[in-house]
Amino acid sequence: MRQSFDQVVLAHGGGGELMARLIREHLLSALTNEHLAPLTDGAVLKWPAGELVFTTDSYVVTPIEFPGGDIGRLAVAGTVNDLAVMGADPVALSLGLILEEGLALETLDRVVASIAATAREAGVAVVTGDTKVIERRHGTETQGGDSAGLLINTAGVGRRRSGVRLDVGRIEAGDAILINGTLADHGLAVMSVRHGMEFESVLRSDVAPLNGLVARLLSSGADVKFLRDPTRAGLAGVLADISEATGLSVEIDEAQVPISPTARHAAEMLGLDPLTVANEGKVVCVVAAQDAQRARTTLRSHPLGHAAAQIGKVTGTQPPLVELRTRVGGRRIVQRPYGEELPRIC
Amino acid sequence: MTAAIENLRAELHILCEKLRRRVQIMEVCGTHTVAIFRHGLRALLPGNLRLVSGPGCPVCVTAQRHIDAAIELATRPGVMLATYGDMLRVPGRRGSLERQRAQGARVQVVTSSRAAVQLARENPQRAVVFLGVGFETTAPATAVAVLEAERDGVDNFSVLMCHKLVVPAMAALLAAGDVPLDGFICPGHVSVIIGANAYRPIVERHGRPCVVTGFEPEPILRGLVQLARQLVERRAAVENAYAGVVRDEGNTTALGLMQRVFVPADVPWRALGVIPQSGLELAPPYHRFDAIGRFGLTLGDDEDHPGCLCGPVIQGKVEPTECPLFGRACTPIEPVGPCMVSSEGTCAAWYKYHRHANRADD
Amino acid sequence: MCLAVPAQIVEASESEAVVDLQGNRLRVSTVLTPEAALGDWVLVHAGFTITRLEEREALETWDYLRQILDEPPETANGSVPSKGAS
Repeated sequence: MRQSFDQVVLAHGGGGELMARLIREHLLSALTNEHLAPLTDGAVLKWPAGELVFTTDSYVVTPIEFPGGDIGRLAVAGTVNDLAVMGADPVALSLGLILEEGLALETLDRVVASIAATAREAGVAVVTGDTKVIERRHGTETQGGDSAGLLINTAGVGRRRSGVRLDVGRIEAGDAILINGTLADHGLAVMSVRHGMEFESVLRSDVAPLNGLVARLLSSGADVKFLRDPTRAGLAGVLADISEATGLSVEIDEAQVPISPTARHAAEMLGLDPLTVANEGKVVCVVAAQDAQRARTTLRSHPLGHAAAQIGKVTGTQPPLVELRTRVGGRRIVQRPYGEELPRIC
Repeated sequence: MTAAIENLRAELHILCEKLRRRVQIMEVCGTHTVAIFRHGLRALLPGNLRLVSGPGCPVCVTAQRHIDAAIELATRPGVMLATYGDMLRVPGRRGSLERQRAQGARVQVVTSSRAAVQLARENPQRAVVFLGVGFETTAPATAVAVLEAERDGVDNFSVLMCHKLVVPAMAALLAAGDVPLDGFICPGHVSVIIGANAYRPIVERHGRPCVVTGFEPEPILRGLVQLARQLVERRAAVENAYAGVVRDEGNTTALGLMQRVFVPADVPWRALGVIPQSGLELAPPYHRFDAIGRFGLTLGDDEDHPGCLCGPVIQGKVEPTECPLFGRACTPIEPVGPCMVSSEGTCAAWYKYHRHANRADD
Repeated sequence: MCLAVPAQIVEASESEAVVDLQGNRLRVSTVLTPEAALGDWVLVHAGFTITRLEEREALETWDYLRQILDEPPETANGSVPSKGAS
């Protein structure tokens, strides 16, 4: 007799019939391609000459679904974006799923559909994967989710574009710093659905694969020196990286940093600094000064860059710091956040 | 820079030039400390005007013995501690609430006191203790929570009372007389509750001008201009530069609730010692909601780290960069004292926005 | 010392309200401001309204509000909604 499940149970991870059924009915059905369908232990990819770029990431966001996206979309976009900022065209992804016992299969289906859709959007294929089931985690009810979830690990390979020289060592004083759009949307959108926040927002995560946008920028003729996506530590984290790696200073003009009014107010409400909040559809671009305008125009020509702006520049001022010129003409230093940004009342 | 800011800046320079001498203004409120840094306002101030950060960060001035009590409660089986996020990383003697949580203590961050009462309703098998920290802006929220728990019979709810009062602290600093202070920028949101008139004792007994201001850069500068003008004209008065928001009499509903549920008490402030009538305890009809009584806690003494200058920093006697631990043993990632932990602590603000004191114009 | 933000009451019951600014909504208690009504601007702190405000004051006092209310109220982010989002 065929038992019907609406939730993931531990037996789904056992490697037996139940697991095979899970993979067939809930994973392969959405993700199928010539590499994945045979369910071999590994995928064989043809690789013409060129440099291979290889990245890995894990995704543990809670809740797993949030306004504008979900952990599946995040996993694909995040991995693709890591390849893109290395100057590579993404070719293939691996997908390791760790399902928590009790996860509703309907939820799994939504996440997998999202993975498939985002992969199509990015023009990349999931070619190999793995599935495990773990016991329900304790403490999730007090730390931001009350439903069983899943964790994702990915690896991605891409082919480095020829002629690309993205290297923090190439950055020099005078270079322009650009961003492709509004900041802080992702982190704030996720916060708005965390249990106990009692805070709703129309903010949606900006999660998106940026390889198309980056490819356009890299073929524009602008001298692009460095790219990095401002995920966990926000813009502040990337600017700190740049300053530390180069021994140069960074000057940012607060008035030029794109933050939507909703995000700005939400950040005020929560006592957070928008510069330190995570983004999942943004890329910080360092380009030669004379190409700033061209870079901006190119970014703006793409839907994911329509609000692109030059936010500042690299300078030789010592000691090396990241400084913000405030709206009122004052100056202050920008630093990495210290860790978990908690909502404050004081 | 807008024209308005430029004009205020110019006026402030002219006034301070007339004063000639060094002028020290204390901004009492942690939110002001942060706002001033965030907007880089120090860069706009005249050279003889020094802004001193006062003990206006309620996290920073919570006595260590209370943090230890909170940690003790959080580690007791069957107890859940509900706290505002601000308190999570403050170090007590046994680490912080954050560290304890990582080791299994039940610590829940809440964004309102009523959420703590709700937690108690939803977890009848647990005792929920709410960490009541904050000045008068926040104390009414705790009063409401206690009344709600009483009304609804939520008997597993209690409060660890750490609320403090701003005006007695300002008076105590002036009475100690260690730091020459010429005037005060008064906290805008505390003033919403207590009213601008609450600062009259500072003016009448201590002769220092007080200006209540908001938190945007323009109002802060305007407040400084008004203070400077009073100093030039040799007068001392309470001026309300946040009049659209702060009434002279304050929020009488909130004050009434506070008077009903709380009584003023002599309480210990971190690094400042016991300041008379500067804190709040539960009034006798509500004693059963007091966590210290309910759990039979004995509070120890504060034990500050040798070398930690949080006390003098809070009192405005030294700047963070003068503390030997600043930036070395004491950083936001590994804080020793509360001034570094709290996002509104003077040391944290300094470290975050202004670490390099030899830079350009600060 | 405390973070308080201005917002507008968009739903009100006897002692609670939902406040909004540009699409951010918070559920709050209005017990401390019994005079506040639907449509009023209020200052919000730690889950409570602590005072009523006139809209004009809110706009003058909070600089960033002036910018907000000049902008057309469409997609909050200004970014193109992602395709394939669940």
